[in-house]
Amino acid sequence: MCLAVPGKIVSVAENDTGARMGKVDFGGIAKEVSLDFVPEAGVGDYVIVHVGFALSKVDPEEARQVFEYLKQMGELSELHESSPPPASS
Amino acid sequence: MRFIDEYRDAAAVQQFARALTALVTRPWTIMEVCGGQTHAIIKFGVDELLPREVTLVHGPGCPVCVTPVEIIDQAIAIASLPHVIFCSFGDMLRVPGTQKDLFSVKAAGGDVRMVYSPLDAVNLARAHPERQVVFFAVGFETTAPANAMAVARARRLGLKNFSVLVSHVLVPPAMEAILSSPSNRVQGFLAAGHVCAVMGYHEYPPLAAKYRVPIVVTGFEPLDIMQGIFMCVKQLEEGRHEVENQYARSVRYEGNRPAQQLMQEVFEVVPRQWRGIGEIPRSGLGLRAEYQEFDAARRFGVTYLAAAESPECISGLVLQGVRKPSECPAFGTRCTPEHPLGATMVSSEGACAAYYRYRRPARPAAPSPSP
Repeated sequence: MCLAVPGKIVSVAENDTGARMGKVDFGGIAKEVSLDFVPEAGVGDYVIVHVGFALSKVDPEEARQVFEYLKQMGELSELHESSPPPASS
Repeated sequence: MRFIDEYRDAAAVQQFARALTALVTRPWTIMEVCGGQTHAIIKFGVDELLPREVTLVHGPGCPVCVTPVEIIDQAIAIASLPHVIFCSFGDMLRVPGTQKDLFSVKAAGGDVRMVYSPLDAVNLARAHPERQVVFFAVGFETTAPANAMAVARARRLGLKNFSVLVSHVLVPPAMEAILSSPSNRVQGFLAAGHVCAVMGYHEYPPLAAKYRVPIVVTGFEPLDIMQGIFMCVKQLEEGRHEVENQYARSVRYEGNRPAQQLMQEVFEVVPRQWRGIGEIPRSGLGLRAEYQEFDAARRFGVTYLAAAESPECISGLVLQGVRKPSECPAFGTRCTPEHPLGATMVSSEGACAAYYRYRRPARPAAPSPSP
């Protein structure tokens, strides 16, 4: 039920009820989505969309963090592997 | 697709799994709250990558599963009326009421329609002024802003033929109900990412402190879930119980303010019955007095019908993480998605349906992942 997917805003317009709507591209499939809850989002931004509403703007900086975290863990484990094993444990 | 594919990278997920195996020293039980996460965990086999010390239990985070039979019966009664167009998200249509489900109303000639968005129902009401259009407004905090917007827009448009049957539920009170239960075995939580995209996560620090449980706001892709579990276990191993945010690309501490404002304008916090669990105080949303004219239960005078659950169904225990679906004697035999005894088998996000789809025939004991 709480399924929400990221998509890219390709255009923004106001509809006949005064709602701020965006055309959002989901990997080739485009849908009209309400942008009323994300006034800060514009063309080119990625938004998380649930039942026709964008609920948040995806932060690309934060999106990279998980991979930074992994990279650091990888470097740490390589460090452990290259260092001599402890004398006793 | 960007922001999806990279979070399904198998090598990255396995890297987290190895780090987790290196980290864990004791058995821990972690609950993922959201049914979307349950589905992803079972679909991608995330649980089979975990070290044997880490047990995942599946929480009550499927609104389809926890909607009481009484409300389903109300929906069926309204949908059966000749002048009504009854609109719902697809996964509510097969949920069994006392006698039947919404699909059988449709089969009998009722105008029951599956919609993608509550705004589709508003548009139907504009297009069919001679008919009564009712939207089945269920869901968690993720869905509440959309449903609030539908009601607010109907009012702005002066629609007299639109109403909503509301059975909204809230996540933090359900988490507290689980934590305060004497049979609780949950030691850490993955909080539901999209609920937090709307609400933020300021509601969680008091829970984490009171019950001394780490709570990690977590996304929905395999890499998100694995990192969420890793962060949760790291806290447990270090004796910490804090609120952390794994899903920071979509979730801010304060959440989505415009969405919260509209929810508060249209809805108020009410006590709510949870199917299989019972009443939880302050755990639901109902229409505020100013919006009562849009209340379908009131408009159509559907009375509160007492209903009995199947005595054989253990979905209440499954929803609280006390039992696993495969521990039910009826699982996969007398209870299947085609003939469900209870709601956790109906919705694709229900734990029983996820196990049925991805874990059948039941394995005697899941092979432990190689270290």
